[in-house]
Amino acid sequence: MKIKKNIPLIDQHDKFGFWGGKFGGSFIPETLKKPVEDLTNEFKKLRKDQKFIKKRDFYFKNYVGSPTSFTKLENLSSYLNGAQIWTKVVSEANGGAHKIYNATVHALICKAMGKKYIIGDTGAGYAGKMLSMAAKKFGLKCKIFMGAKDMKRQKPNCDAIRKNGAEIVPVYSGSQTLVDAVSECMRYWVSNCDNTHMCVGSTVGPNIFVKICGWSTAQISRELKNQLKRKFKKIPKKLKLINCVGGGSSAYGFWSEFIDYNKKHVELIGVEAGGPKKSLLHAAPLSRNAKIGVLHGAASYVCQDKEGQIHETESISAGLDYPGVSPIHCFLKDTKRARYTYATDEEALDAYQLVTKFEKLSPSLEPSHAFAEAIKIAPKLSKDTIIIVNSCGDAKKDRDILRERLGKD
Amino acid sequence: MKNLLINDSFETAKKENRPALLTYTVAGDYTKKKSLEILKSISDYADICELGFPHNTPIADGGQIQTSSYRAIKNGIKINDVFSIVSNFKKSKKNKPIILMGYYNMVYQYNEDKFISMCKKAKVDGLIIVDLPYPENKIFSSKCKKNNINFIQLISPTTSKSRLRKIINDSHDMIYYISMLSTTGGKLKVSAKEIIKQYQKIKNQNKSKNVVIGFGITEKTIKSLKKADGLVVGSAICKEITRSIKKRQNAVTNVNNLVKKLKNKIK
Repeated sequence: MKIKKNIPLIDQHDKFGFWGGKFGGSFIPETLKKPVEDLTNEFKKLRKDQKFIKKRDFYFKNYVGSPTSFTKLENLSSYLNGAQIWTKVVSEANGGAHKIYNATVHALICKAMGKKYIIGDTGAGYAGKMLSMAAKKFGLKCKIFMGAKDMKRQKPNCDAIRKNGAEIVPVYSGSQTLVDAVSECMRYWVSNCDNTHMCVGSTVGPNIFVKICGWSTAQISRELKNQLKRKFKKIPKKLKLINCVGGGSSAYGFWSEFIDYNKKHVELIGVEAGGPKKSLLHAAPLSRNAKIGVLHGAASYVCQDKEGQIHETESISAGLDYPGVSPIHCFLKDTKRARYTYATDEEALDAYQLVTKFEKLSPSLEPSHAFAEAIKIAPKLSKDTIIIVNSCGDAKKDRDILRERLGKD
Repeated sequence: MKNLLINDSFETAKKENRPALLTYTVAGDYTKKKSLEILKSISDYADICELGFPHNTPIADGGQIQTSSYRAIKNGIKINDVFSIVSNFKKSKKNKPIILMGYYNMVYQYNEDKFISMCKKAKVDGLIIVDLPYPENKIFSSKCKKNNINFIQLISPTTSKSRLRKIINDSHDMIYYISMLSTTGGKLKVSAKEIIKQYQKIKNQNKSKNVVIGFGITEKTIKSLKKADGLVVGSAICKEITRSIKKRQNAVTNVNNLVKKLKNKIK
């Protein structure tokens, strides 16, 4: 299993859609074969269409607000007294997280295909919020599927979704979190694929959805590469890119331009959700050695039991609370190009407190997992090491959880 | 190589000038013992019994079958129990074909080859894997064929003409036509005439294949689709089990009555 150079990772799959011969694919019911094939052909056409690229870039700049800023966290760096900590504040993007890139592209594709309805899943509520924004912007009718448990813990995003005129469909089956929301969304698509476009909120699901999402979030690393060159004149010699990983869309977007570099030059570190310290449950299939399984139309490392029933997961962060992970990250893990670890709920909360104490930055609980790893390794590293954390979400949505756990706003 | 039991069932139905009746129940719903009892009891009227091995993340099942599946999983059903239900069933009903139906991850975790050999041992006659479409299923389906197990291909209203031809070429004796764009148990939103028209297109490709229609078939709709080689009723049965449990009635008797009524409608 080997990564090829000069080819985007999203395109390094075989004819059945598998990365490294075993991750990904399209395990879908017959009914979805045709809509998935149509979408695959449409995307193949559009990504080569200069007019479409221009449109995408126009909306990325004028609607999403690219580029998001890249800045050094001076106080945190001095406090940790080791590697320099930098951040790319992707949460500055319209709506407050990286999910807007994928949502915008899906809305544009939906329009191009002449469909009037768009549906999507959401965990933390960001994918749903952004899709509802994009739907409103482009005049599409939108339904968001969300687990009932997530609706309670991420209320601010639910309010935003409804304000944008989208309908939230609460999902009461199973663990009532993201995994069930994705299942329900796919089931809805099975029944309505003739007039409805489906957006999968991360780099998961059948092959084509991994590709579209990765293609969209890759904007983050294109910006970062330019910003690095401007700041440092070249790509720094000791660079570490740390990103949280749930489905893995923000991590892939943050890394895609840097995958061809040697790992000693640019190290890629993914941080999964380790769950509560004292709980056996987690959402960390990569770093806690889950087996390969098939979930939501793709093969990946999946938290599951011996029989193949999908495990319930547990994490303070709804956006990372997912038993599977992108096939692309499985591929990066098995080729050893990226390293994956996890942070517990408590570590993420500590990191959140430390970052907000020293900096004018309020990362949501998802990137707080990435900050936890940065804080852990920075003191042991040389001062010329550059750590960049993707602060891919804003903590506004976590208001209730933070108040409950930390006793403050 | 033909699976004799499945073929014979269709032959018998044809001789009686009616479609074969296929039932779907979930193994372990609502206990291991009860699901075997239900299976035995409905096989008096059903020509072929489909038995689901439940998965907790089903992407093509509607509410009724989800409820049955969750109930079965909660009551501790394991894959090996599913095989032992089939074995037990076959002890008293050795001529009644059984088709197992489920999602690929369960097969994958069990190991494809081991799964097929267990099917053979338990005398399973056919397999439907909902999320293993053509052409991804080519290797698995040929393994099934070698072991005299029918791998049943699905065809949907969205299946293109060229794809249809390829799937039929690669299919075994039986083909499953999904009546409409829906998960299982949806309300029939297409006219019976339209469904039969699509069904006929499949038949015209190869008359020797037995084509059954499923999804959305209930007591109310079953008669209108009588022309088909076979008709599958699943969600309506699962719903009856749920209803019986709620009302504290005997699910075995109630389901038996329902299947008897279904059979009478197509006689």
